[in-house]
Amino acid sequence: MEIKLKIWRQKDARSQGSFVDYNLSGVSGDMSFLEMLDFLNKTLIESGDEPVAFEHDCREGICGSCSLYINGRPHGPGDLVTTCELRMTRFKDGDTIVIEPWRAKSFPVIRDLIADRSAFDKIMEAGGFISVGTGSAPEANSIPVTKEDSDEAFDAATCIGCGACVAACKNSSAMLFVAAKVSHLTLLPQGHAESAKRAQSMVAKMDELGFGSCTNTGACEAECPKGISLAHIARLNREFLKAGFRG
Amino acid sequence: MSSFFNASVGKKFLVSVSGLFLIMFLATHLTVNLFLLWGQESYNLAAHFMATNPAIKIIEPMLALGFLLHITYSAWLTFANRDTRPQKYAMVDQSETSSWPSRNMFVLGSLIFIFLVLHLSNFWAKMKFGDMSYIDYNGVMVQDAYTLVTGKFVIWWYVIIYVAGAVFLGLHLLHGFQSAFQTLGLNNQIWRKRLTVTGTVYSIIIAAGFSIIPLYFIVNSFIN
Ligand code: HEM
Ligand code: SF4
Ligand code: FES
Repeated sequence: MEIKLKIWRQKDARSQGSFVDYNLSGVSGDMSFLEMLDFLNKTLIESGDEPVAFEHDCREGICGSCSLYINGRPHGPGDLVTTCELRMTRFKDGDTIVIEPWRAKSFPVIRDLIADRSAFDKIMEAGGFISVGTGSAPEANSIPVTKEDSDEAFDAATCIGCGACVAACKNSSAMLFVAAKVSHLTLLPQGHAESAKRAQSMVAKMDELGFGSCTNTGACEAECPKGISLAHIARLNREFLKAGFRG
Repeated sequence: MSSFFNASVGKKFLVSVSGLFLIMFLATHLTVNLFLLWGQESYNLAAHFMATNPAIKIIEPMLALGFLLHITYSAWLTFANRDTRPQKYAMVDQSETSSWPSRNMFVLGSLIFIFLVLHLSNFWAKMKFGDMSYIDYNGVMVQDAYTLVTGKFVIWWYVIIYVAGAVFLGLHLLHGFQSAFQTLGLNNQIWRKRLTVTGTVYSIIIAAGFSIIPLYFIVNSFIN
């Protein structure tokens, strides 16, 4: 099939970017979205043009780097898929596809479709860890965890830090990401001890980095490729409020 | 404590608590208003009870404070959120992923605020400071609020404004009701469904209840 692409091109963080139109023929439905972009880049390189820069690594939905805003939605149409898992069968011959980078003050675009998501790392440094002496791994069965808590913690831990929640949110809020990290650690005995302080520090860092606040629209949950639930945001709020009332 | 209210989640806490307080107020307000449908004496006595009740001395300033907190903090958060995406997307499709009211809480709130100012000057200011006539019910002199209210509800544009106000409130609460619980952390996968259903029922009762009253009087004025 033949598709029309409207792609954001931007030389570097300081440059003004703009959309550039491309016509691409010979696209097959079997291609993943990223393979389609590889194919576009091949034609660009062959004709002596600068290829489109986009981020990717695992190409199997686990690293969270393939952050593209496609036709008005993070990771494009469909639920529970990352851009690398998106197939071109989703599109028809003659379709126009608009591709933009994540847009948020806290995720500055550094080139073409690549936004700098290191703000997430700064939030993690503010509290997304447990303070224990590392040594050899302890015997796992010596710390009992209920099946419910372990499942819920695991669900939260599937967050791949892709940033689609921020990209989807009208307030560019990072609450779903922060909630996933807080939930995952708080539900387990090792992380529980520091849960109040963690919630406070991570929320403070999130605010400081210029992410917006949560208005519970639910767009993040709907766009999250891992289906991280808003229930985790309720837990984060709970931990934060508990910490506040304890003083 | 200052770091608590400086944090986004702390500010949201105030929006939520004040919102829940306003929700309780609305339920009381509607209950009293529905006495209008039972005639002049019922309504006047109900309004008299509300106005002269000692508890109202505490509740009235609390209500003013509730509105003030709700409006200040929600506006603060809304304006801060507007700065978080300096470069907008060329194409945005949120139709499937979030509800219209949830994305337009500030617009709805502002419309409610305009309505509120109008509403207070129509009735509250008149009853507090205006020349009201009184009726003697078994020796108790009671303000004739009924005549004031029903006098307005036969004018078509008043009716339109009041029905619109009720609908804006209903839409605000369609999102706001369950959102307030989520903000307080009183939510999970199961309770989310229950709260959404309860919130929807509550919003419909509010929108329909407050609309029925002016509609009843204007329709009646056409029939008679
Ligand atoms: C009787 C009138 C009102 C009631 C019962 C009410 C109720 C609520 C409730 C329950 C919430 C949800 C709180 C949360 O998400 O935690 C809310 C949110 C909000 N309210 Fe109101 N409200 C009223 C009037 C107003 C007014 C006059 C404004 C004026 C600007 C306003 C602006 C907002 C905004 C902007 C939000 C959104 C907060 C968000 O999305 O996170 N509201 N309201
Ligand atoms: S919560 Fe979901 S959308 Fe947000 S970073 Fe994690 S995986 Fe991505
Ligand atoms: S490239 Fe790793 S999740 Fe898409």
